[in-house]
Amino acid sequence: MNDPKLQVSTIPVVRFSLDRSVATAFGCIILMLLGGALYSREFLSPEYLLQQLQISAFLGIIASGAMMVILIGHIDLSIPWTVTLGAMMATAVAGWYGDAGAVFAIPAGVLCGALVGLLNGLGVAYLRLPSMIFTLGMNAVVQGLMVLHTGGFAPQDHATDAMHFLAVGRPIFGFPNALFIWILIGAFTTFLLTRTVFGRRVYAVGNRETAAYLSGINTNAVIIWCFILSGAAAAFAGVLLAGYSTKAYQAMGDPYLLPAIAAVVLGGTNILGGRGNYLGTIAGVILITLLQSILAVMQMPEAGRQIIYGVVILAMLLSYGRSEIDRK
Amino acid sequence: MSDLRHRLYHNGGLLAAIGLFGLMFTIYVANHPVGLTAAVAATAANKAVLLALVAMAQTLPVLTRGLDLSVGMVFILANCMASAIVVGTIGEGLLGIAAVLGAGALAGFLNGAIVVWGRLQPIITTLATGAIYYGIALYIRPGPGGDVQSDIADLATGQLFGVVPTALIILLGVVVLVWLPYRNSVLGRAAYAVGSNEQAAYMSGVPVHRAKLLAYTLAGFLAAFGGLMLTFNTYSGEASAPIAGNYTLNSIAAVVIGGTSLFGGWGSAIGSIFGAFVLRTIEDLLFVFNLDPLWQPLFQGVVLLAAVSLGALRVLRIRNRLELFV
Repeated sequence: MNDPKLQVSTIPVVRFSLDRSVATAFGCIILMLLGGALYSREFLSPEYLLQQLQISAFLGIIASGAMMVILIGHIDLSIPWTVTLGAMMATAVAGWYGDAGAVFAIPAGVLCGALVGLLNGLGVAYLRLPSMIFTLGMNAVVQGLMVLHTGGFAPQDHATDAMHFLAVGRPIFGFPNALFIWILIGAFTTFLLTRTVFGRRVYAVGNRETAAYLSGINTNAVIIWCFILSGAAAAFAGVLLAGYSTKAYQAMGDPYLLPAIAAVVLGGTNILGGRGNYLGTIAGVILITLLQSILAVMQMPEAGRQIIYGVVILAMLLSYGRSEIDRK
Repeated sequence: MSDLRHRLYHNGGLLAAIGLFGLMFTIYVANHPVGLTAAVAATAANKAVLLALVAMAQTLPVLTRGLDLSVGMVFILANCMASAIVVGTIGEGLLGIAAVLGAGALAGFLNGAIVVWGRLQPIITTLATGAIYYGIALYIRPGPGGDVQSDIADLATGQLFGVVPTALIILLGVVVLVWLPYRNSVLGRAAYAVGSNEQAAYMSGVPVHRAKLLAYTLAGFLAAFGGLMLTFNTYSGEASAPIAGNYTLNSIAAVVIGGTSLFGGWGSAIGSIFGAFVLRTIEDLLFVFNLDPLWQPLFQGVVLLAAVSLGALRVLRIRNRLELFV
């Protein structure tokens, strides 16, 4: 009875457990780098690795938000135009209000994304519509708003200096700022998921919302907050992307939806919710970015790239992402 | 519940979609500068049938509580294949059509096989296979181009007896020859059972695996049929990711508008056809009312969101709060 091990194990310790999926994902990253090194020495140079991490940061920020929504068993398909919305509103605010606008540009962009997330959350939580279809409709509405916005008002689309600095600046030992931002957001997400009541509630809702509700959790609030975080993260990534490419343009978020979901799932997060940790998402994001980069460096035509991309995701998931046989 | 009331209750979504479409199409025709001529009907039908076929394809996995995010990619793949092999004489063209439909069914079977035997989630499986199918389409047609057997194409997109659009007849043929037999077959009913409760279906001896495999295979077949019809309309093939994504997303919207539950086990492909017609008529309405093109995407988005939000009416009927958390 006084066995100390028993007492320790009865306390549910939430920590980074290096489970099989995360280990496999990191293993694949190392294999890819080694395979790439056979092709060219450049793949192991610090400059290349830092550049990859910088590019990963944008996907990583989007995936952080997407992960929150996937953990509660929903999905956010409004990511593409929320990314674009964040970029366009930030640059537009900077254009409308001059110097003062430059200060508020980034918060304004993120706030717009959070607003889209709030509406998504309200629709999913209170109207009880499937998130897949509601966020899809939301995506179409935001797209319509942005077409109207750019076509009707011809707003400024140039990124401000601050946005440019955050996205491509490397003031500290040549470390990219974007990477620092991702580390900050990643640390925040990890803290949220593992050290706060809210994080526990996220997992609870994802596992079985009925049980969470009966335990006295305000499940609607959890759902709404997760969607707000997803919208804000997507919009913030949009702001940074605008800084990276120096301008905001239509459909700039389109190439990020599927990689973000794929990264989260490759990292071992259950697409049905309730299971997953942030370390896996980091691995998934780096894996996807590296895969895209290696295929690009090898000058593989787009057709081959798409096929290999699909096959690799399938092969990895088949090796560790299979659900258990559910026959009881 | 009497038989009639029971039937009405079960087909409420379908009837709502038919009513909505009837209303919108009437407004459209009434405001069309030419009115309802055979040519206007044929153009409208040719456009609508494409989405209707893809929406039918989407319905089948959704009924088993799955989802197929690769329908748009299979649609595009079939388009590119058809622009390459449905050429030459009519006989060669027909052979090509068979090959395209076979390839579509194979693509669908692959989805089903990974879902059933690979035990991966349908969303993520079809996301990945979609990339593969798109890659193959791009391999076949790196740039837009190609050709199609013009006799077959003209027949498929023209009018029968100068009045009825052939595309509608073909759609009717697909419903009668594919959907209705499927719906009434053992595996078709098994698909509904699997969608309602997979555990219970398995315990009752329902062939769960074969039902899912057939649903995904038929989905691939129907999506390829849509791609074939697209080729007959455009006389060329193009591996366009935006078009593929558009059709995938609209197919989900059409399924929902047509009264099929995304939670599986409830609905029909016929509802999805009318859901697709509704979506297409929205676009046509924007055209006849001469709406500023800048406002069109917003209007479409709002209508789409409003249409799917109708599903929220279900919440009002629920008496026990626990039933909310399906």
